[in-house]
This record gives sequence, C-alpha cells and structure tokens, in this order.
Amino acid sequence: MSETGRHADVPEESLPSERTAHDSAPVKADNPFADPGLPAHEHRIQDIDEKAARRSERVVAYFFLLSMLATVAFIASYVVFPIDKIVFIFPLGHISALNLSLGLTLGIALFAIGAGAVHWARTLMSDEEVADDRHPIEAEPEVKAKVLADFAQGAKESGFGRRKLIRNTMFGALALVPLSGVVLLRDLGPLPEKKLRGTGWKKGIRLVNQSTNLPLRPEDIAVGSLTFAKPEGLEDDDEEFNNKIAKDALMLVRIQPQNIKDKQELEWSHEGIVAYSKICTHVGCPISLYEQQTHHVLCPCHQSTFDLSDGGRVIFGPAGHALPQLHITVKDGYLEAVSDFAEPVGPSFWERG
Amino acid sequence: MSNETSATTTRRGQAPRGERIADWADGRLGIYSLAKANMRKIFPDHWSFMLGEVALYSFIIIILTGVYLTLFFHPSMAEVVYHGSYVPMHGIRMTQAFESTLNISFDIRGGLLIRQIHHWAALIFLAAMMVHMMRVFFTGAFRKPREVNWLFGFLLLVLGMFTGFTGYSLPDDLLSGTGVRFIEGVVLAMPLVGSYLQMFIFGGEFPGHDIIPRFFTVHVLLLPGIMLGLLVAHLILVFYHKHTQFPGAGKTNKNVVGMPLLPVYMAKAGGFFFLVFGVISVIAAIASINPVWAIGPYRPDQVSTGAQPDWYMGFAEGLVRVMPGWEWNFWGHTINFGVLIPILIFPLVLVAIAVYPFIESWVRGDKREHHILDRPRNAPTRTGFGVAWLVAYFVMLIGGGNDLWATHFHLSINSITWFVRIAFFVGPVLAFIATKRVCMGLQRRDKDKVLHGRESGIIKRLPHGEFVEVHEPLSQEQLHVLTQHEQPTPLELGPELDENGVERKVTRSQKLRAKLSKAYDGEDNIIPKPTVEEYKEISSGHGHH
Repeated sequence: MSETGRHADVPEESLPSERTAHDSAPVKADNPFADPGLPAHEHRIQDIDEKAARRSERVVAYFFLLSMLATVAFIASYVVFPIDKIVFIFPLGHISALNLSLGLTLGIALFAIGAGAVHWARTLMSDEEVADDRHPIEAEPEVKAKVLADFAQGAKESGFGRRKLIRNTMFGALALVPLSGVVLLRDLGPLPEKKLRGTGWKKGIRLVNQSTNLPLRPEDIAVGSLTFAKPEGLEDDDEEFNNKIAKDALMLVRIQPQNIKDKQELEWSHEGIVAYSKICTHVGCPISLYEQQTHHVLCPCHQSTFDLSDGGRVIFGPAGHALPQLHITVKDGYLEAVSDFAEPVGPSFWERG
Repeated sequence: MSNETSATTTRRGQAPRGERIADWADGRLGIYSLAKANMRKIFPDHWSFMLGEVALYSFIIIILTGVYLTLFFHPSMAEVVYHGSYVPMHGIRMTQAFESTLNISFDIRGGLLIRQIHHWAALIFLAAMMVHMMRVFFTGAFRKPREVNWLFGFLLLVLGMFTGFTGYSLPDDLLSGTGVRFIEGVVLAMPLVGSYLQMFIFGGEFPGHDIIPRFFTVHVLLLPGIMLGLLVAHLILVFYHKHTQFPGAGKTNKNVVGMPLLPVYMAKAGGFFFLVFGVISVIAAIASINPVWAIGPYRPDQVSTGAQPDWYMGFAEGLVRVMPGWEWNFWGHTINFGVLIPILIFPLVLVAIAVYPFIESWVRGDKREHHILDRPRNAPTRTGFGVAWLVAYFVMLIGGGNDLWATHFHLSINSITWFVRIAFFVGPVLAFIATKRVCMGLQRRDKDKVLHGRESGIIKRLPHGEFVEVHEPLSQEQLHVLTQHEQPTPLELGPELDENGVERKVTRSQKLRAKLSKAYDGEDNIIPKPTVEEYKEISSGHGHH
C-alpha cells in the first residue's frame, strides 16, 4: 500500500533496534542463554533493488490479470458447454465438461487473486518484524474493586437479597415458563404405543417376490439363493410404502431340513424354506449378504453375522439378539405367513423385553 | 471532540472523501477507536498458525455455497417419479429431496460444482479444525488465558460434525438414508425414553415424512447459527488475547513479535482465503464427491456394501462396529449395550480432550498466563497424552472402515474387528509410553546440542592421527530457544508425611494431584536442562568440541 515511508506509522519505541538495545544488552554478558533480542532486519532484494521490486510488482499484476482472464473463461464455459456434455480426459475419465471447466476457471480465478496478494505481501510489503506489548488479561485491582462495588450497589438498590418473596417467586416463574415450550414439542410425533411391536404380516398373507412382484411358490426358492419378499398387497407406490417395508422386508433361503439346528426354526419352515426379517437387529440396516455354504448372513453396515440354520443366532458383530423368524406355510401352492413375527423386528428398544 | 476536528478540517476546505465517510461512520459506530487497537495489530508468523485459517475460510466457503444450494434444494419427503435429464433414473420413485439433488447436479449449470465445493469444503473444514486443534494442543496454546477459547473451538468441532452429518443426510440417497436409519437405532437404544424420542424425532415410525425437513432446519439454521456465533467469539478472543508465539530471539511472554494486520496480514490472510477457495474449486472440478446418482434414492429394504459415513463420523462408526452385541433383558425391558456403550464412549473421548487444559492446570498448579508456546518435547506427558488420544481415534477410524480394510487387504473382517477391540485399549498406552520416551530423547539431544554444539559433519584429523567431528557452537538465539522453557518442580504433599509417618490430613484429591504432578514434572519425566555453569565449564574448560 504505502510504498514510501512505511516506517513512519510505527511508533519509534517499538522499532526493533531500539528494543534490543534496551532489553537484552545488560543480561547478555554473563548469561549465554539470555534472549539476544530481536535480530536486525535483513533486507530483501526488493528492498534494495528497485528493478527487483518492479519485477515483483509485475508478477503480482500478472496474477491479477490471470484471475480476470479466468473469470472471463468461466463465463464463456458457462455459455459454451452444454450441461450434458461428457468428455474423456485421461486420468480423470469420463467427466462433465461443464463441471470441469467451471471448476478449473473458478479455481484459477480465485487462486490467482490469492497468489497475487500473498506475493505482494511477501515481496513488496514491509517484512520488518515489530514487537507489541502484551497486557495482562486480568483487570487492575482498582477496576475489579470498582466493579464489585457497583454490583453490590446495584444488587442493594434492587432489594434482590432483602426481598426474598420477590426473588423466590421470580425464580419460580422463570423456571416454569420454559415448560410451555416443552409442551409444544409434544406433537412432534405420535406416542410409540404398540407401533414398534407389530409388522404388516399376519395369518394368510402371501409372500411376494420383491423383484418380480409375483406371489412366491416353494419351488421358486432354490438352494443357495437368497430371495427377498414383501407382504402381498404392499405396492411400491403406496403412500406409506417406505414405512411399511422398513419393517416387513423379508429374506428367504432354502436349507436342507436335516441341516436346520434349531427345533422351532424347523417347525416354522416349509420344506427347509425359512423366512427371516431382513432388518438387522443391531440398528436396522437391511441384511443383504448371504454365504451359501454356511447359511450365514452378514449385514453390510456393521458386519453383524447371523446363522440362518440356527434360529438366526448372532455369531459375530454388534447385534444383540437373533433375527426374528416368520412362521410360514403353503396354501394353494403359495407361501404365506401363519402369523406376524413373534417378536418386534429391527433394533431393540426399552419396552421390547 | 469529533465536532472540533471536523470543524477545523472543513474550514480549510473539504477533507478527502474517504476521510469524510470514515468520519461519518466514526460518529455513529466509533470505528476510529476500534481501528486504533486493531489496524496495526501484530500477528506472529508460523506455518502452523494457518491451520485455523483453513478452517475459517472453508467455513465461509460452506456458507456461501450452502446459500446457493438452498435456492434449488427441496427439503421434502413427498414422493415423485423421476422424469428429469438423468436418463438412468427415469421412472424411479424418489423423494423430492433426492429429485432436487439430481436437478442441482444435472439441470442447474454449475450446480454440481457448487454441490461438490460445498461437500469438499465440509470435509476440509472438519479436517482443518481437527489439525488446528492438534497444533493448539501439542504446543500448549490452550493454557491460561485461552482455556475458554479452546472450549469454543471444541464446540465448533463437535457442532461441525453434526452439521456435516445432517447435511449429507439431506439428499435422501441410499447411503445417507442408511445413516439416518442408524440414528433411529441409536435413539431407540436410549433406556426408558428411546421409543418416545424416536417417534418425536421422526414424526412417527421410521422413516416417515418429517426427518429431512427437520434435518434441513437444523442443518441450515440452528447449527450454523450457533457456530457463527461461536466463531465470532473465537476470533474476538484471538484478537483480545493476542496470538501466541514460538520461543525465539526477542520473543517474550510479555510481547508479541510479528507483522502488522495492515497491510501484511490483511494481504496474506485475505489472499489465503482465495487460495483455499481456489484449491477447493479445483478439487471440486476434478474429483467427484457423493455421486448420489450412482447410489440411488433411499429405500429401507436396500443397502449397498462398503457403506461409509463421511470421515469425521468414522470414529463413531468404528465404536459402533466393534462393540460386542451385549443386550440385557429384565422385567420385560431391554437395554441395548451394544449400541448404548459406543454412543456414550463417543462423547467421552471427545470430552477427554476438551477438559484436558483444566486438568493440566490443576495438576501443575499453574495459574499464570502463557503466551510462549511449548515445544512438544518439553511437555512429554501432554504430548504423550495427545498421541495416545490420536491413536485411539485412528484405531477407531480403522474400525469404522473394517469392511474396506478387509476387502482391500484381503484380511478377515473378524480379525480386524478383534484387532481394533484390543488396540483401542492397548494402543494408546503403548503410544503414550513410546511418545514420552521419544520426547525425553529429544530433550537429551537438545541438551547435548546446547553443551557441545551442532554436529557440523566436518571431520578433522588431529596431529596425533585421531579423527574428530567438529561441533559448531550454537548461536545465542539457538541457545536461548533450547533453554528458555521452564522446568517446574512437581507439587509436594508436605514434609510431615514422609519423615515421621505422622498422620496429616491429606485428602485423596491432594494425593492424586501430587502423583499426577510427579508424572508431569517429576525427575523421571524430564531431562534437566543445561545450566549456564555447565555450559561455561564445557565451553571454556575443555576448549573445542
């Protein structure tokens, strides 16, 4: 900024040479570890050589010019490139031409301003270090005494300590008034009641294949495959589809009956077809990885692992209890539920029991 | 007062236009007094002081780009069928939140760029805050009078994490929806009130239709509003306290050495804002982030593998992943420790570093102001604690990505999980011990350098044939830097106790304090720094080397 006379506005006493002489000279002699004081200022080439200074000036100006050009290029790219134009650029792959050009030009326009300013500061502005005194953050004792006296005076004049009735009723009023705000939050949502306990499954509801949208027959479930199902009547465009599928999602696998270790699991299965809730009992991710040989399923979110041949028992990971099994049977050649899940699906909660 | 001066200037004719405007503002805002104290304020220079600046500037960038995004984003969970310009998604049901995110990416020119700048800046913001916090921690810059500012910074970090989380949940894509479902599970795990809170937060059962609009308000108004206030307070305190400085020639606890705000720091810091913005723009131009079009809209029954939160939530994710699935059932109730314990440890780990300044000042009985920064080696216990904390943090970060570690390095996910479970407890202890030893070693090296000088690498042959390396004595500035730090003696309990065994009332907290104080400043934890006598004896007595 002020190229000439840039020391003029520094107070004389805070110039480094002065301070050095004052502070450290006497100690220096007998203590080799003493603070030598601020070193003398070393001039940069720009401070001595006006030619070098002019060169720096030009560099700074080039940066600012580059920024202007980049802004023009930004506007040009905005106009020129259609939004759906995809280009191939070597290490980046197939990318949007508009996004790339806008980002690069904006980046250059901004970066060049920054580079110019920093270069200006480093080469042309004074680089002489200056010392400033610190003052303790704590107030002087007189100030503190004055404040305390003022406060005592104010407190006395209010009668806050003397008139206890006013004070106590005021505290009471202030304590109660936020309750209105809390009460207003009541309608944020309904009460839980039994909502978390039941799902959309009940006796006689057919199992519908998620991908084909057709009711499932036992022969559709092959050994080694993992099939996802939903209750019949639940359509993707239902208003509450997401809420319902968040609890009703089902996965089906077929296990040789002799390999089913859990007695109840065997009873609730049909010809080795077992239906389990797809919603992990940890924090509710849909389980989607199935290991054919071991009949283990793994939740990809937090890696809870369940054994579908042993009552959905947790064999690894952070889930706290087994996957709920849906009791199924076959009627008229189609798989259907015998009842709702016997226990709540998904993550556990206080009232789950 | 101002009337008089303006009267004198106007009598001689008009003052310059800039001055008249400044006069006008001063008469109403008092800007001259403000400028007197701050315009030529001295700021010390060190590369590590710019980490906080990165955080500040990325926050500003986030606000600027965020405002732009609100012009196009619809925070609504109403469902629509997509017919926009991204053909692969045609006919797919999605919420308006997801649809408008696609529109920002494919129909608004520059929308994708701004979205990517916003998200990249958020990642950088959190990283910069974290690294800035580490700089402040390891150099002891949090000591009096800056403890409150440390807390402000800490709150900014925590709020930043939740602002980030609510932000990346807004597009309602498959990945972020999974994260929201995780929140449902966490809320449900709260004893007694869990299911009520879940109903109130989501406006019914998961996912409902309220969570995105509610997150939107929290993300664009509530949290950033608080953060803006904290940020201003943080900066005011930086100005008020004046910046800390590293030890060096002419630098004392009573002064601040550096260059003035106007012009040098104005140009450097102002310029640096543009540098940060420019770099983030280029990153956003070439590196895609959160490509929601490749992920798809959220459906509660679908998920992808390799699901990861943004990096700053990876630590919490790790805790949740590696916790064993403990669950208690009693009297018809369930406590889900598998989720509850991780979400209790998560804030505890954060609070451990937040309260550290207060613990240190209590243990050391140090109530003085500190403006000269510590070299980390000179505070081995603090440095050890900091590294131990970082190790715990990064171990959990590994836990948070255990599936990716497993697939990328062909390891068993179970062994990684077990490694993390053990390393979370053992790692920090080992790191603490190792760091402390490294610090002591560096202190010994400093002492050696002070007494014997710097190894010059020049080999000299003595007349009798012996080869010695020439040691160059240090300059007075270097000697000063290596010896200026304090080595306080640990607090003692009092003489009666050890000599006669006479029972003296010593509270348990006093005993603990004396023990900890010994751990900080006791003989076993500090290398006594060289004294002037030692130095003089060596440098004069034995001549050179």
